[in-house]
Amino acid sequence: MSQPQGALQAAAKAPPPAAQKDSSMERQKQMIAGHFRALSLAKETGQRVAYTFVPGNLTELMHAFDVLPVYPEINALQSAMRQLSAGYIREAERLGHNEDVCTYVKCDIGMLTKGNVGPTGEALPPPNLLLLSYTGCFTFMKWFELLKHEYGCEVAMLHVPYVAEGQPTADARRYIVDQLKAEVIPKLEKVTGKKYDEGRLRALLARSRQAEDDLVWVLDSAKARPSPIDAYFGAVYYVGPIFSAFRGTQDAVAYYRELRAEVEDRVLKGLGPVTPDGTLTREKYRLVVEGPPNWTHFRDFWRIFHDEGAVIVASTYAKVGGLYDQGFRHGQADDPLESLADYCLGCYTNLSLPSRVGLLEKYVREFQADGFVFNSIKSCNSFSAGQLVMLRQLEQRTGLPGAFIESDLVDPRYYGHANIKNRIESYLQMIEQRR
Amino acid sequence: MASAPTATELLERCERLFADTALDAVRAWKAAHPGRLAIGHLPVYAPRELIHAAGALPVALQGGGDQVDIVKGDACFQSYICHLPRSTVELGLTGDLDVLDGFVFPSTCDVIRNLSGIWKLLFPQKYARFLDLPQAFDASTGGRFYRHDLEELGRELHGLGGLPPDDGRLRASIALYDDNRRAIEKLYALRRETPWLCSSDEAFLLVKAGGVLDVQEHTALLRAFIDAAGSRPRKREDRIRLLLIGAFCEQPPLGVLRTLEKSGAYVVDDDLNLGARWLEGDVGPSQRPLEALVRAYLEQSTWASTRFEHDEPRGAQLVKRVRRAGADGVVFAAPSFCDPALLDQPPLQKALTEAGVPFFSFKYAENTGQFQGIREQAGTFSDSLKLWGAA
Ligand code: SF4
Ligand code: SF4
Repeated sequence: MSQPQGALQAAAKAPPPAAQKDSSMERQKQMIAGHFRALSLAKETGQRVAYTFVPGNLTELMHAFDVLPVYPEINALQSAMRQLSAGYIREAERLGHNEDVCTYVKCDIGMLTKGNVGPTGEALPPPNLLLLSYTGCFTFMKWFELLKHEYGCEVAMLHVPYVAEGQPTADARRYIVDQLKAEVIPKLEKVTGKKYDEGRLRALLARSRQAEDDLVWVLDSAKARPSPIDAYFGAVYYVGPIFSAFRGTQDAVAYYRELRAEVEDRVLKGLGPVTPDGTLTREKYRLVVEGPPNWTHFRDFWRIFHDEGAVIVASTYAKVGGLYDQGFRHGQADDPLESLADYCLGCYTNLSLPSRVGLLEKYVREFQADGFVFNSIKSCNSFSAGQLVMLRQLEQRTGLPGAFIESDLVDPRYYGHANIKNRIESYLQMIEQRR
Repeated sequence: MASAPTATELLERCERLFADTALDAVRAWKAAHPGRLAIGHLPVYAPRELIHAAGALPVALQGGGDQVDIVKGDACFQSYICHLPRSTVELGLTGDLDVLDGFVFPSTCDVIRNLSGIWKLLFPQKYARFLDLPQAFDASTGGRFYRHDLEELGRELHGLGGLPPDDGRLRASIALYDDNRRAIEKLYALRRETPWLCSSDEAFLLVKAGGVLDVQEHTALLRAFIDAAGSRPRKREDRIRLLLIGAFCEQPPLGVLRTLEKSGAYVVDDDLNLGARWLEGDVGPSQRPLEALVRAYLEQSTWASTRFEHDEPRGAQLVKRVRRAGADGVVFAAPSFCDPALLDQPPLQKALTEAGVPFFSFKYAENTGQFQGIREQAGTFSDSLKLWGAA
């Protein structure tokens, strides 16, 4: 599904104009470089490596065991931004993977077949543990079954129940905690040779919480007019550290403190969001977006919006790795494992469709949006199945028309730039006419 | 005394039930059982025993096949989503499913998961229950969670107007379904041993009838067919033996199955109607029947693409199943855009290749109307197997 760390990686390679380059971005770039350095040295240092997914990730728990996480979703999106995904997908299809299935999986399989070379040009270390946090997407399970065959390493499965009825149940929470105790922690202990240290986990969760507070402040800043941030295209950079390897670290705390200060400054100065072509000077449209972005043409896709003065003020995609803006914080629950359980349950794609519509409606109202766009991803049943019904419900509830476009995450064959541009432009014109 | 029905008569009844997408049979059952509930459930597996013990009729919903014109359903789903949800929504919007008092959506895949939410949005007055079947198969984790979920489901059915949860009733329901499972297994054994007496489309219709019939009636129907099959005037033909895999959720049209059989193959085993065969063997009598149902799910679930592969790789299990069925080859028949079925194919095919088992594959939708491609593929496959023993 996600993940923004790679977006940052690519952006860090070709940053916005020098005058616009914020120090938080530089810091994030250093953090990512350090992480990949540690991964490339894992063999020498003996540090253990776990492959895992972004939604419902157990990053703090992994840090509590000094395990380095690798996120195959991030590998896939990085490959897309470096224009490598088409070749990887072709390779996977040549090996028999069907054209119909999720292209994240195929991109990862293709990359693996071609040596699993990461963004630094070095091969990623193989996993000591496949930590399958099965949250919000069934395909994750199939994906890790495939990796299991490839690596033959230890696998820990964490089944996170779906929140079908609006609120997670006490039983669901208990089920997750039971699995953490019976399956995940013992496997982490086994592959690392270390004992579970609850005190250490608590300290990590407390740091997560600090960073999360600042992230939420940044996301909420889009309520201002003009919005100082783009909460979709821009937010994929902002959520990078917290959705991935850095949650619970002091680096993440420092990054979000710095980011917040930068955004506060933009609010004071009445500045709009930073885009790849500089600061957006005239906010004409405020939109909410549902669904992940396309990564193969990320900048072109973004440009369609900012060229027209359209700013995304809230997006559901920036919530796939946690719904912090709705109040959740790591470490909130007394028991650290219960806190992890609450986190896993609350990730966006683990929510029922009525809850998703409710959240979108809330965003439209609270962020005073002029409209909303659904980017329906061919690959992703988890996001996409039901989006047409969601769109109509949202139109009825808000009295606003919505736009529906289709693309894919990492398969360039399914990104039709001209078509998407036409649709968005006509949609914005319609908003204009209704004013 | 009326004479026993013939195999043809029994199959004609099953064909009528198959064509009954408006669920007239369920309406008739409800008329004959006033005050009782009818509860629909989506594929693949749902604990029908529990629904039955609430005095309700469990109704297996598997889409609309090739018999439902899709007008409204297409407006709800993008082209890259399988067909089953759109025909299900179509049937819901046209009122054909109004006879059902509630719906259970098992955690088969993200499409059915999200369909549970679509149901809540489109039919807010209907009971729509997502059933999270555990992927952790340990009694202390998944077992505990599942038992609570089933207890909750039992209470909710009671709240809807069903009978209250009761161990005695559940025990009786389990016994009836155990009997039904044995009858289905007998039918499959008949096909493995004498496939010319029961073709795969016939077996499909016979098992599928259980989706809408009362369980005892269905068991009796199966037994009557098995008894009558021996006297069918059919001869063994020189055909290859195939195992069909991947069709566990959205069902292929009958034409696909008939085409395979007409192309020189006996389909001797399959995963069609998999929900009815999900538990392998009896749940058995127990003082604590709910525990028994949970344990059966944890320990006797068949291998399926929708379950996490904890232990023995699925490829090895498939090879064993090929051997058990005495199949010469495998046909992968998966619904288009079905992630669970399609993502499994590469490792399964690798295992078959290593074991020297030939295979071929195609995709279908429940309303596929063209079988020419499948006929050619299957014909070539069976010819080459017959001629050279390899595809
Ligand atoms: S189906 Fe969607 S959420 Fe799942 S792996 Fe693919 S892109 Fe990610
Ligand atoms: S056919 Fe496949 S993708 Fe479609 S609902 Fe069934 S299991 Fe899910």
